Amino acid sequence: MGVRKFLLFLRHSKITLSGLIIILVLSIMAIIAPYITPYNPHAITGPPYAPPSRQHLLGTDDIGHDILSQLIYGSRTSLLVGTLGALGCVFVGVVIGLVAGVAGGAVDEILMRLTDIVLVIPYIVFVIVLVAYLGPSIWNIILSITILGWPSIARMVRSYVMSLKTSLYVEAARSLGADRSYIMKYHIFPGLIPLIIPVYVLTIVDSILTEAGLSFLGLGDPTKVSWGMLLYYAQIRGAFVRGMWWWVVPPGLMITITGLGFLLLGTGLEEYFNPRFRR
Amino acid sequence: MNSKELINYMKSTFGEPMVEVVDLKKYFPVKGVFRTIGYVRAVDGVSFIVPKGKTLGLVGESGCGKTTTGRLILRLIEPTSGHVYFDGKDIFKLKGKKLLEFRRKAQMVFQDPYMSLDPRMTVFDIIMEPIRAHKIKVEDPQKFVVNLLYEVGLNETHLYRYPHEFSGGQRQRIAVARVLALEPEFIVLDEPTSALDVSVQAQILNMLKDLQAKRGLTYLFISHDLGVVRYMSDYIAVMYLGKIVEMGPAEEVFEKPLHPYTKMLFASMPVPDPFEAKKKPKVEVIGEPPSPINPPPGCRFHPRCQYAMDICRKKEPPLVMAEKGHFVACWLYAKK
Repeated sequence: MGVRKFLLFLRHSKITLSGLIIILVLSIMAIIAPYITPYNPHAITGPPYAPPSRQHLLGTDDIGHDILSQLIYGSRTSLLVGTLGALGCVFVGVVIGLVAGVAGGAVDEILMRLTDIVLVIPYIVFVIVLVAYLGPSIWNIILSITILGWPSIARMVRSYVMSLKTSLYVEAARSLGADRSYIMKYHIFPGLIPLIIPVYVLTIVDSILTEAGLSFLGLGDPTKVSWGMLLYYAQIRGAFVRGMWWWVVPPGLMITITGLGFLLLGTGLEEYFNPRFRR
Repeated sequence: MNSKELINYMKSTFGEPMVEVVDLKKYFPVKGVFRTIGYVRAVDGVSFIVPKGKTLGLVGESGCGKTTTGRLILRLIEPTSGHVYFDGKDIFKLKGKKLLEFRRKAQMVFQDPYMSLDPRMTVFDIIMEPIRAHKIKVEDPQKFVVNLLYEVGLNETHLYRYPHEFSGGQRQRIAVARVLALEPEFIVLDEPTSALDVSVQAQILNMLKDLQAKRGLTYLFISHDLGVVRYMSDYIAVMYLGKIVEMGPAEEVFEKPLHPYTKMLFASMPVPDPFEAKKKPKVEVIGEPPSPINPPPGCRFHPRCQYAMDICRKKEPPLVMAEKGHFVACWLYAKK
């Protein structure tokens, strides 16, 4: 029933549909990367600084790696960090928001002050410090995004839980004899899902951009190729000076398109779950 | 007359009580920046009974404490002081299984059928809610729910629809079906029709009356709509600023109101027939209810009362039996 309703929604919501298509294409690209890349991204397969040619569609870098292959492999890193980083944020955010909203009182006060503290830390600066301290690896980047990204979600979840908690239908359930666990299971959790899904998708955008930013600053995982890292090497190895646009523009475009894809999907889902936004 | 005597008088004239309310008070604190700066005396010492198998109508203006009283009687909120006895048991002392048992027998239908049903649940889930909450085993849940739907004038085609697909009246029927699932003995009806169109109101009221006759239910009917209360109630209690000012059999109170406030309230009731309306004595409605945070001293109604005497400004009038089974809190009828 839900699936059919969603398909019907997709039909008239071009935004959601285009976001979904972008993400599906990128995901397939990431999954079948080994089969569609012309070369091993870590192998020297041509002369250094080669311009685009039939052998190397996007040329080669300073060592002779094929840039197109690196670009395709880069989608794996971006999607992995994006989805897992956002998952971490949403998980911590939901747990803290839920506990604060349901428990109330002193617990709420303590958790919300903690949230405020994390919220006022300058995000990108602290992520840089954290990754530099923990060491540049994919898992450390995901961890850092989680540590700093949850507060806004926690606030959102808390206020939503509080509004659900005081709603008349929860009071009605209480008057019928429902206890706390029943109300959580049948009213609070189902009420949260339409809030969490779009928020998750939109958080992926932040997460992907953070990874790209870190990699561009040289804090990316050196064992994995990523779009940010392509830009980092392009910059320090003089791609800009030499006017090698084929090394600079494609990764930038990929980051933009991926971010856009999740943004479109997230906005569309928000509309889907919250009919008040529907036109 | 103290509240014990009062309750005994009521028992002897109204009959066996389902619910007994004794000196019930609920003060809501008003929070300032640093400390509590006062209390809203929403319910300020009310005593009454709801006779078994009958309907007690609780009337009064907005903000007089009607709904708070209803919520207290079902223990949705805890009182500041006082007692409510349900079947002879003090409900504020109930715990665990006993409390759950009480929650099964005493139910509430809320004013706003748009807010009291979870928009994400189907009708089936809504009506099964009390069954699941009480962990009761039902042989055939679908059949069980359909039977309840029939009882409130809906049918099996409505089973898997969502609340937003229904009109206000239908939603209120769903809310009633949900309450009936537990086979309650006592239902608080908190303005069940005030959010509905007039034409739908009558249907719901008749349904409620039929259900009462069929299942032997006891109702506490809360409303500000005097016409509706008169139609529904066997007995009436009139509230003003957290106090009961008059109580008695419905017809008697309507035909022969004693308290000046009740007279004023009834005078404000529109009469459908314009020729009848001309005959009706005119009682001017003066002022509006004062704030329940700082109620006036003495009788709370004295600033608006055309009969106000010296004593009314100083001493609060007790609720006394002015005639057999007709109680009133006014110095015009009480011994000074």
